[in-house]
Amino acid sequence: MAKVFIYPVNSLILADLVERFGHKPLAVMNQVREKVTNISLDSPPVNITPEDPKVGLRYAAVEVPPGVRGRMALIGPLIEDAEAAIIVEAPPVNFGCVGCNRTNELMKYIVRSKDIPILELRYPETEENAPEFMYKIAAFLESLPREEEK
Amino acid sequence: MSEETGIVKIALVSCGSEYSGVQPEFEAAAAEVNAKFVYPEIDVAGLDNIGREFGLEVASGDLRLMMARAKAVVEGTTHVDGVFITTCFRCAEGAIVRNEVRRYIHKHSNIPVISYSFTERTTAGTLLTRLEALTTVARRRHLLAREVQTGLTAGIDSGSTTTKAVVMRDNEIIGSGWVPTTKVLESAEEAYSLALKEAGVSRDEIQALGTTGYGRFLIGDHFNAQLIQEEITVNSKGAVYLADCQTGPATVIDIGGMDNKAISVDDGIPGMFTMGGICAGASGRFFEMISKRLGVDITELGALAVKGMQEKVTMNSYCIVFGIQSLVNSLAKGAVPEDVAAAACYSVVEQIFEQQLQEVDVKEPLILVGGSSLIEGVPKALGDLLKIDVLVPKSSHLIGAVGAALLASGYVEE
Repeated sequence: MAKVFIYPVNSLILADLVERFGHKPLAVMNQVREKVTNISLDSPPVNITPEDPKVGLRYAAVEVPPGVRGRMALIGPLIEDAEAAIIVEAPPVNFGCVGCNRTNELMKYIVRSKDIPILELRYPETEENAPEFMYKIAAFLESLPREEEK
Repeated sequence: MSEETGIVKIALVSCGSEYSGVQPEFEAAAAEVNAKFVYPEIDVAGLDNIGREFGLEVASGDLRLMMARAKAVVEGTTHVDGVFITTCFRCAEGAIVRNEVRRYIHKHSNIPVISYSFTERTTAGTLLTRLEALTTVARRRHLLAREVQTGLTAGIDSGSTTTKAVVMRDNEIIGSGWVPTTKVLESAEEAYSLALKEAGVSRDEIQALGTTGYGRFLIGDHFNAQLIQEEITVNSKGAVYLADCQTGPATVIDIGGMDNKAISVDDGIPGMFTMGGICAGASGRFFEMISKRLGVDITELGALAVKGMQEKVTMNSYCIVFGIQSLVNSLAKGAVPEDVAAAACYSVVEQIFEQQLQEVDVKEPLILVGGSSLIEGVPKALGDLLKIDVLVPKSSHLIGAVGAALLASGYVEE
């Protein structure tokens, strides 16, 4: 089983696909769940406190807006954990969207800087292209080492 | 929403402030003014095309969400009493959208709007005055419609640098007091006593009192004021009243001791406004320091500036420290005090122009108020920069106190 970072980082479809192929999706939903179920904090809606943008300084300098650093505080550790990544470019917003394109640019850059297998592909614009899109993702996930192989 | 007491619904149109650690501060400020943030409902599928529809194509999904929410507010899909538009400080894409969304709402609706760029250090206290002004416009329109002062009322403006008080009777200022702010309550007592003395009336005779400025809550409680109101609303009202421009559009610029306000006013009601305050370099405090360094009284600085040429001195008052450095360097190079004074005035208005007037549509008449408006070089520099006539009404330095006394007279009849 490989830990697969997905982009868009909150894509339910990608997370589900990764899981179906026996791998662990690294999605922001898990991070948010952890945040909101942490009873020691009360900073709704996602329990991000002023400390989180400071944690985000690990990934971006202080000149970078707090919205980027706050998001990176959630997403950065996922990238650090990643053993593989799937990046889907130009998806419609309901496929997944973190909201801030500066964060998108930064997280994709950090992923690409890692020495891990990465599949980069564009979201299919037509139905005819959809099977190929799915096939490529399936082939990539198949190619990743499973638990026993590791 | 029922007037005066009901909860004010404010649409929060933001780029994702919940990821910046400031959301609890936003909520705390809203709760303080009995307001509640709501999130206009939108169709997620529409987000992919909203940029094209709006005419502003941006890459960030949350900025497209801002446009969609603004559209929902304008079209009445979600009913709100006010809109708070906010994006991250230092994000260019966010700043462009914030500005255009604000303009869009202002153009297509009468809903009051404020915009703000936040950092992770933004506190509820910083937002309080802004949200108080926003909710006042929604909640107290009847009070803001008042154009004539009636009865015997008083207003006290507890500012960061000076405390001002006026006593008014039947639409006339009959007494005023202006003292430096040291201890908030003591300064207010002193200014109020001076105004009462000049008016020849006793405290018991005052039918209603209004307070404003930084110390408004403290002095309001102390004097049992009928009206405790932030300075955006009060100064807008006071400015158009003193300048006799109560109907139609106007722009009010208030250069205070610590921060500045630029307010777009329509029929005496504030619309868009910005509050500066990143650095004291663009405030009355800077003029105080310049006067001190030049060895002149602040009341003489204006006349000095009018005689000088700002072009001869380079001054950057973005930061008060660098501003003073420029001053010291200029004097060391042989600059004459007149030119330095002129440069200081120009530097302050330039900063207001660059940082605040970009977010407020300047409509004539432009009314300049606040203590710094008495420094003649300031209205001159502002007029030169904007190429329009700047109106400095009589008693412009008493603006907050006059506005408070005027609005407080609404409580005489009640």
